[in-house]
Amino acid sequence: MASATQTGETRNGGIDLFGLLATYAPLIFLLVLMGIFAWLEPRFLLPLNLVNVMRQVSIYGLLALGMTFVILTAGIDLSIGAIVAFAGLAAAAVAKGGLENRFAAGADASALGYGWPLAMLVAILFGTFAGALQGFAITRLKVPPFVVTLGGMSAFRGAALLMAGGGPISGFDPGYTWWGQGYLFTLPLIGRIPVPVVVFLLFAVLAHIVLSYTRYGRHVYGVGGNPEAARLSGLNVRGITMSVYVIMGFMAGLSGFILSARLNSAEAVAGMGYELIVIASVVIGGTSLFGGIGTIFGTVIGTILIGVLQNGLVLNNVSPYVQQIIIGLIIVLAVAFDTFAKSRRRRA
Amino acid sequence: MTPLLQVQDISKGFPGVQALTGVALEVRAGECHALLGENGAGKSTLLKILAGAHRPDTGTITFDGRPVEIARPADAQALGIVTIYQEFNLLPNLTIAENVFVGREPTRGPFVDWRKLNQQAREVTRRIGLDMDPRRLVKDLSVAEQQMVEIAKALSMEAKLVIMDEPTAALSETEVERLFRIIADLKAHGIAVVFVTHRLDEVMRACDRVTVLRDGKLVGSAEVKDIRVDDIIRMMVGREVELHGRGGRVAHRGATVLEVQGLTRMGDANDPHAVRVRDVSLTAHAGEILGIGGLIGAGRTELARAIFGADPIDSGKVLVEGQEVAIATPQDAIRHGIGLVPEDRKQQALFLSLAIRPNLSMAALDGLTERLGFVSGSRERALVERYRQKLSIRMASQEQPVGNLSGGNQQKVVLARWLALNPKVLIVDEPTRGIDIAAKNEVHHLLFELAEAGIAVIVISSEMPELLRLADRIVTMREGRVTGELMRDQATEESLMHLFTHNQTAA
Repeated sequence: MASATQTGETRNGGIDLFGLLATYAPLIFLLVLMGIFAWLEPRFLLPLNLVNVMRQVSIYGLLALGMTFVILTAGIDLSIGAIVAFAGLAAAAVAKGGLENRFAAGADASALGYGWPLAMLVAILFGTFAGALQGFAITRLKVPPFVVTLGGMSAFRGAALLMAGGGPISGFDPGYTWWGQGYLFTLPLIGRIPVPVVVFLLFAVLAHIVLSYTRYGRHVYGVGGNPEAARLSGLNVRGITMSVYVIMGFMAGLSGFILSARLNSAEAVAGMGYELIVIASVVIGGTSLFGGIGTIFGTVIGTILIGVLQNGLVLNNVSPYVQQIIIGLIIVLAVAFDTFAKSRRRRA
Repeated sequence: MTPLLQVQDISKGFPGVQALTGVALEVRAGECHALLGENGAGKSTLLKILAGAHRPDTGTITFDGRPVEIARPADAQALGIVTIYQEFNLLPNLTIAENVFVGREPTRGPFVDWRKLNQQAREVTRRIGLDMDPRRLVKDLSVAEQQMVEIAKALSMEAKLVIMDEPTAALSETEVERLFRIIADLKAHGIAVVFVTHRLDEVMRACDRVTVLRDGKLVGSAEVKDIRVDDIIRMMVGREVELHGRGGRVAHRGATVLEVQGLTRMGDANDPHAVRVRDVSLTAHAGEILGIGGLIGAGRTELARAIFGADPIDSGKVLVEGQEVAIATPQDAIRHGIGLVPEDRKQQALFLSLAIRPNLSMAALDGLTERLGFVSGSRERALVERYRQKLSIRMASQEQPVGNLSGGNQQKVVLARWLALNPKVLIVDEPTRGIDIAAKNEVHHLLFELAEAGIAVIVISSEMPELLRLADRIVTMREGRVTGELMRDQATEESLMHLFTHNQTAA
């Protein structure tokens, strides 16, 4: 998975240990962490538990894929948790046959609804539109991404609260919940593979192909690495910047739908704090907050790493409060490493 | 009479450059002393040493008869050496009075004594003819008025030596007159002024003595009354030009490829330091290298960026092969076959986080893209390999980070990025800045080859020997305007320096 961005060779063609370390640090860290948890608690390595970890991270993972595009352009999106809630409620309302019927329950409830395909489509459209709106504010109104999406975080949460009107929307038909709770196929030794895990991995492959092999992906790296040089090389910097927020919005919409399917319920407080975990996953996976550096492979590893950390700490009876402290520390350390790596590049 | 300031044998090196070598400077009390030199001669470094911003590697400084050490800006101030930089050191949201006495406000108990502050500020600003309410905010003042606030600040600190870095660069004629009257007044009070400028006519009028630096070394000092402008220019450029011309290659000047008519860009009207382009017209021909010369701030880079669509223009036309073209963005310029190698490689051209391959192909991806937007890996690698050979870029592999290359090889990667687009016009701003002699020679030969291949090459360079070597024809600029045009066989460093520093055409 050698990327265009990080290679292990030096000026003389020799091996640059630091470069190799920067590329594989997340993977090494993940393996070490898994080793420690397996030693502390052998149940950790059971296939059932590992599949469970993957299912837990798959929604964070979908969001992290979109966030990788955003952070590659040196941007940030804090609004994703709110968009997840907003889009999930939109899907739920469609499934229930509109806002008027949203609290309907019982046998006749599903008769009123529109079925999961439309629900999913509406969730994705809502998310994509939210992303486009923020992309517009960032590229046309020249408001920094941090501020725009901080505003979005509040505004979309408010929209979600309005839509929910106080309570959760629950109880969908099996076609809907299959997207969050179902299994697609069974693998020998591992067992049944949950649908969200398959969706996450498919999108990861797609995102990897786009970033590594297409002109668009190259432009994303270019705009993130040096926007001025990108502009002077004839790249459409504004369009590219806009597009990453649209992609992020798409992923947030899809995630909102899958989360509501998994919980068989959509509520306005869904997705709270997701932005922190998702940004942490991307940064731990080696994507630089300064832009221009990062891979989907790293993001997948970073996402699993966070999931393993949470799962392992739970299995070892560590308080969720302590988990938050540990995740906070890891983010700061990952960024400190990134800053150090950047100063090394500058001197090169 | 012992001089007020005596600087002896000052040397200062930075990584990769020796900025000053054994420089001496002597300033007498109550004189106006001009410090002169080409771009990069070491003037700024010397000023910064006197201001305490840099520490010299060797040398001694004697001030007022005592040996002194200026380790920090505060040391310079304590001695009475005040430096007024081109971009002023003022706090725009504070008043005139607050700026004049910043850090030294008169107090009553723990509180600022506003009445006394404003009264004292009024006295000191009046002395230099700035008759204005000291409670006005500095951001509302003109550049000239802000400069007067700086001078008032210097006076209030009881400066004995005031250093001014290009004080007239942003002033109008009448404002310059007023500044000269203030300088005369400072001199009458026994205050010495060191004055850095590129305008030699001003030196002849306002200054008593000059000191000229070249390549970080002292050329000499002289009394202004004993010399002429020509003498100063000779002192400034005086070196032999080691490399001249194309080494036997002959330029075949072809058709007019690029024509610029009346290009004007005033930039941000509120920015006193904005470098402007005023009514510039020029032509570039296939097969010819056109040089654009001028001192820093003459508007050369701004002209290049305006042609390329990197900055918006106010008026003017650009014609490519006789057809008027609308260029609003670099994309437009690229579509019409214009390329720009910008002056600052790391900030404006390179993607330091990426490897050589994507750096080289970044602008040419459209041509390498196949179905569904996929970049053809094999064609891309072949392209990079072709230019590696053609430009002899020394690299270990295409996947090497571009930041690991030497400056010369980095520049070749940037040049290759443009060549991959087969441009009709290639503008190269400072082609060899920060690269070593051998690589410089290679880049020069490459530019010759490009011209021979029929590209209209436009070279901007602050180094006169480079300009004289590369250009078949040189257009000179000063303060945003074209001041002259010389064919290579007419051009000498002296004739160019005349055009860089004077308005009238000298031949």
